[in-house]
Amino acid sequence: MAIFVDEHTKVVVQGLTGGQGRFHGLRNRDYGTKVVAGVTPGKGGQDVDGIPVYDTVSEAVARTAATASFVVVPPPAAPAAILEAAEAGVALVVCITEGIPAQDEAATYNRLRRDFAGTRLIGPNCPGVITPGACNIGITAGEIALPGGPVGIVSRSGTLTYQALYELTRQGVGQTTCVGIGGDPVPGTGFIDCLAAFEADPETKAVMLIGEIGGSEEERAASFVAEHMTKPVVAYIAGQTAPAGRKMGHAGAIVSGSSGTAKAKMEALAAAGVSVASNPTEAGERMVEVVRRLA
Amino acid sequence: MDLFEYQGKEYLARYGVPVPEGRVATDVPGARSAADELGYPVVVKAQVQVGGRGKAGGIKVAADGAELEQAASAILGMDLKGHLVRRVWVERASAIERELYASFTLDRAARLHLGMVSAEGGVEIEEVAARTPEAITRRHVDPTEGLGEDDAVALAQSLGLDAVVTGRVAALLRSLYTCFVEGDADLVEVNPLVVTADGEVVALDAKVTLDDNASFRHPDWQVFAAAAELDPREAMAKEKGLNYIGLDGEVGIIANGAGLAMSTLDVVNQAGGRAANFLDIGGGASAAVMTAALEVIGADPAVRSIFVNIFGGITRCDEVARGIVTALERVTLRAPIVLRLDGTNAEAGREILAAHQSDRLVVQPTMLDAARVAVALAAEGGN
Repeated sequence: MAIFVDEHTKVVVQGLTGGQGRFHGLRNRDYGTKVVAGVTPGKGGQDVDGIPVYDTVSEAVARTAATASFVVVPPPAAPAAILEAAEAGVALVVCITEGIPAQDEAATYNRLRRDFAGTRLIGPNCPGVITPGACNIGITAGEIALPGGPVGIVSRSGTLTYQALYELTRQGVGQTTCVGIGGDPVPGTGFIDCLAAFEADPETKAVMLIGEIGGSEEERAASFVAEHMTKPVVAYIAGQTAPAGRKMGHAGAIVSGSSGTAKAKMEALAAAGVSVASNPTEAGERMVEVVRRLA
Repeated sequence: MDLFEYQGKEYLARYGVPVPEGRVATDVPGARSAADELGYPVVVKAQVQVGGRGKAGGIKVAADGAELEQAASAILGMDLKGHLVRRVWVERASAIERELYASFTLDRAARLHLGMVSAEGGVEIEEVAARTPEAITRRHVDPTEGLGEDDAVALAQSLGLDAVVTGRVAALLRSLYTCFVEGDADLVEVNPLVVTADGEVVALDAKVTLDDNASFRHPDWQVFAAAAELDPREAMAKEKGLNYIGLDGEVGIIANGAGLAMSTLDVVNQAGGRAANFLDIGGGASAAVMTAALEVIGADPAVRSIFVNIFGGITRCDEVARGIVTALERVTLRAPIVLRLDGTNAEAGREILAAHQSDRLVVQPTMLDAARVAVALAAEGGN
């Protein structure tokens, strides 16, 4: 078991014929992911290293029974690509595109919520999702992940996700699924969606949450942990010394006035019984301890 | 990108929001001719991106030419809360009857647009929210539907104005919302939104934050970007296409990934130091990007040591190490570099770097060790 993706997930890559799409799509396939199709309008009939390319997602789904989509297209085209996948009935859309305007992102999110409740969007501006040993959709370096659980990871940051995977793997602690929800203001999938899924997944025994400044997702996650979670959670929040009013690399990582500070998030999580580490290394060490105690 | 008041008003006006007539000026004669054209009395307003300009002496009323020149020369060149005033906005004075508040932004928790109005304008909205939260009316708007007539009227009616003025406020709110959406703003805030003695509603101030991600469809924003007063370090980084934010400390920071870069600032702070900057060079960490990053950080006179924090994922550490070696051959630096290299092929990467280690390049195995060494070196360099 795992969350969102497993060995049965069949992936169509939207933008497979582009440089990034080809690079990551083939990497994902090399990892063992079932990459069954690509989509690039006007390039139907071609193939990328044996992966058939179609003009539309609905055609790709009809021919290959793809269940998930990996969107690797530039920001102006990404919202339409996400909606096209949803219209084609794809259940999971992973979008790594960075730089989508916030207005487009908010409109796309609400279109999905209103018209395509059966489709889950992960991202945009995220590293993707990996169930080690089974399925990797996105840009995560699969070789630093270790199959078998028991830790689930959910993170707003790419490199800090890698860091977390690496620290756990080095200590022999495996992961069930690692979800990068992305650093944009309106993520398709939030912390709470992932926490709920990990809580329901019997193989996941503990969860690592990596947050950052901006918004109030971590505070809301803290309430969810307090009210609904039985599994231990270890957290780290990046940006404890970030200045107010500046976007720290991610479009969503901004302290606005007095809201969105790391301090408020850390306090809310600690009050909910989450073990809050002051840096990513400490978070890894704490999680290793948690897992050893579970065994 | 935060706009200056004069830019914000011009931007709002494009979408039909009524603003007072005015001109921008960079010197006293320019301000004088602007005022003479507009007709007195006028208000002279310092163009700096900081709140509380009025109390700090950055806003003055002038009844005639002599007063105008006095006001403009007092404001131009003044230091307003650490910001040098380079421009003033001169506008026709409004006969203010009431001061209101209106804004649109994204409510990230609800993932919906949020409109806010208040009858208590002219003070910081966060103050109002803390003191009298009931004085603020909020209304969520679904981005797929937009702000309807009924939404605008409901917001306007909460302000307790007469029917005619209520209608004018509702119309202004719809224009303001259009500016927010079509203008790709993260925030449009009018505070105060004034009702004049003859019942007109006018945006007396404008705070507009544009979404940089949308600049590809707004080529006209280049004018705003050109007027932005960047820290010289940030201007240099921007030219090189780097994601850089200048800070006040003495440890230069380079990291690959926004989260890791933020985290690097944190561990430097925990080790007793302060970061000189935030700099995310992205996943690749190629020789070209590393060279540009070291050039920008090397040009900062406050930097006493440089902490390069790289986690190799898809880009393997041996590739990163070769990139760093090449970059170091291209750039001459005063400050020593402390490098932490971890992740895929870290051993191979450290072996490549071993041949280049010196008191100018120290390689540390972990992020925390590297932070401690970088902070210690910065302290030595400062003596």
